[in-house]
Amino acid sequence: MLQIKNLHASINGKEILKGLDLTVRPGEIHAIMGPNGAGKSTLASVLSGNQAFEVTKGDVSFYGKNLLELSPEDRSREGIFLSFQYPVEIPGVSMVNFMRTAVNEHRKYKNLEPISATDFLRMMREKKELVEMDNKLANRSVNEGFSGGEKKRNEIFQMAMLDPRLSILDETDSGLDIDALRIVANGVNKLKRTDNASIVITHYQRLLDYIIPDFVHVLYDGRIVKSGGKELALELEERGYDWIKQEVDAK
Amino acid sequence: MSTNILDEVTTGDYKYGFTTDIETDIIPIGLSEEVIRLISTKKNEPEWMLEFRLKAYRHWLTMKMPEWAHLNIPVIDYQSISYYAAPRKNTPKSMDEVDPELIKTFNKLGIPLEEQMALSGIAVDAVMDSVSVKTTFKEALSEKGIIFCSFSEAVEHHPDLVQKYMASVVPYTDNFFATLNSAVFSDGSFVYIPKGVRCPMELSTYFRINASNTGQFERTLIVAEEDSYVSYLEGCTAPMRDENQLHAAIVEIVALKNAQVKYSTVQNWYPGDKDGKGGIYNFVTKRGICKGANSKISWTQVETGSAITWKYPSCILLGDNSSAEFYSVAVTNHHQQADTGTKMLHIGKNTKSHILSKGISAGFGQNSYRGLVKVNPAAENARNFSQCDSLLLGDKCGAHTFPYMEVNNDSAIVEHEATTSKINEDQIFYCNQRGISTEDAVGLIVNGYAKEVLNQLPMEFAVEAQKLLQITLEGSVG
Repeated sequence: MLQIKNLHASINGKEILKGLDLTVRPGEIHAIMGPNGAGKSTLASVLSGNQAFEVTKGDVSFYGKNLLELSPEDRSREGIFLSFQYPVEIPGVSMVNFMRTAVNEHRKYKNLEPISATDFLRMMREKKELVEMDNKLANRSVNEGFSGGEKKRNEIFQMAMLDPRLSILDETDSGLDIDALRIVANGVNKLKRTDNASIVITHYQRLLDYIIPDFVHVLYDGRIVKSGGKELALELEERGYDWIKQEVDAK
Repeated sequence: MSTNILDEVTTGDYKYGFTTDIETDIIPIGLSEEVIRLISTKKNEPEWMLEFRLKAYRHWLTMKMPEWAHLNIPVIDYQSISYYAAPRKNTPKSMDEVDPELIKTFNKLGIPLEEQMALSGIAVDAVMDSVSVKTTFKEALSEKGIIFCSFSEAVEHHPDLVQKYMASVVPYTDNFFATLNSAVFSDGSFVYIPKGVRCPMELSTYFRINASNTGQFERTLIVAEEDSYVSYLEGCTAPMRDENQLHAAIVEIVALKNAQVKYSTVQNWYPGDKDGKGGIYNFVTKRGICKGANSKISWTQVETGSAITWKYPSCILLGDNSSAEFYSVAVTNHHQQADTGTKMLHIGKNTKSHILSKGISAGFGQNSYRGLVKVNPAAENARNFSQCDSLLLGDKCGAHTFPYMEVNNDSAIVEHEATTSKINEDQIFYCNQRGISTEDAVGLIVNGYAKEVLNQLPMEFAVEAQKLLQITLEGSVG
């Protein structure tokens, strides 16, 4: 579904991604790990179309479409979902209103009629249970006054509502206590199907105890320098990133 | 040129020794006693009305334009303005002749076709059975003894009421623009709700259809007798173009014992183009008096139009236990400037006022809140709460808050809160990532911000006003 070839991207003239390649097929979970500043979050931003980053070289195709030509909102409507590392607060906009607008934009893109109020509320109720979200949260403004854990749960709730083909979880585990981590990971696992895929960006192996990846990639200095199965994550946990750095620098 | 107009003009000339080119039917520009006499004659006014106008005019000559507002007002040459609104010429005959841009906006706002036609200046009679609509309204209202008519009709048919209440809240000496209005006002509305009557409908739809040509110097007077209630809506969400650049309106509200008046405004006069050329100057004096005990006046305004807005809907809380509310959303985009707010004057005991102002600035817009809360020595237990929020879109616009408080009674509680926030790119991107376009995202955020005020509007207008906010801010982010 997703093919990234030789992707170069920079911010304020500084190159962060330096020739990244990655292929994701339906049904797969890919974990991207790597030291600070390797470009993990940049990858998430570039794939979702954040204008702050400039793509200088390379191709990204998503189900045959040139992803880089699509606006951020069209990428979302095509089925790319980003769970933000730092979800922003939008005061005054209720979750209900926000989600209904988003869901209807997705439906409009597929030439579907807006969802009825009854169906929408039923959908909200179902998906909320998935991440054990408090009923009250849905009536509050988007992320306003949410705790760190609530914000992350809210991201997964939105993911469930929008049913993406590819979800990118950017450091979803950061700032979560062990209970919240379990809830979030459970939500992600329940949403897993053979026709969707996830890219899980994380710093620590911890999350991968709950979300079992099919592939683990190490991102270092803007490139994927090592790929392997889930055992690679454990090795990284044990040995840190220095040996990988040395391997790369030796080449 | 029809002989009727010829007759009218020549009659006027002879009677007052006023000469004009009979070929043009436009009275010369400029302001003089002759012009005021001519206006009064054309409107068939009684002598007392003319005297009122002349008194105001003579006083106006001694006044200077106020300069305290945080506005950059170009020099206005009052002698280069025509003070008689001649009937509009070249009105379109059908929707085919109306500017397609205007129709696009109408459709975005979801305004029914019949109203679109009326607002475009198409003669209402040609497109709908306006007489029957009017009659239905009139019958329903007159059954209850409610008077709802043009100001001119009120002068003719209800002179006692007009004489009793006109200028009782905004005296002709009040301020430069109010005095000018008192001298030259064109027309407006008159509402009278008798004792114990609850007006059965929002006085809005009727007004919207009929208000498209009220002209530049409007004058409105609303009188609510004891134990009565009325909700009145002025203005229109549709963009209103007008060749007259200077607008100076007056609205007076009188609420007697236990009466409640809710006044809502949606103002969308032409704001000028994106470079700030053209656009209406809107200098409005609106004031209500809670004259009787337990009376209540509530102002709600959504201000999105005009190049310059100078407007402070106010309340005099005279009756004991009376209360007043002011809810405002003011948007300035491109080069628009707004200096708006309210005055709450507490005189009676246990009087309450509540102020909620939401300013939104985009482009090069300058948005000021200016409010005065004054508690007189006799106003025991007066309460006021003011909240003034500003929202900025972009970094070239400005938001300013000028709250004034004069508290002369120790038992008073006066509170003021203010916030300033900015729509940032992260919020927009977050919405984009969920499939919401930038313009819809701005609309969502702005409407969320203005929600508490929009909720005060009558239902059907709240929906239109929401869309209006979004349309006004189109292209202001990104």
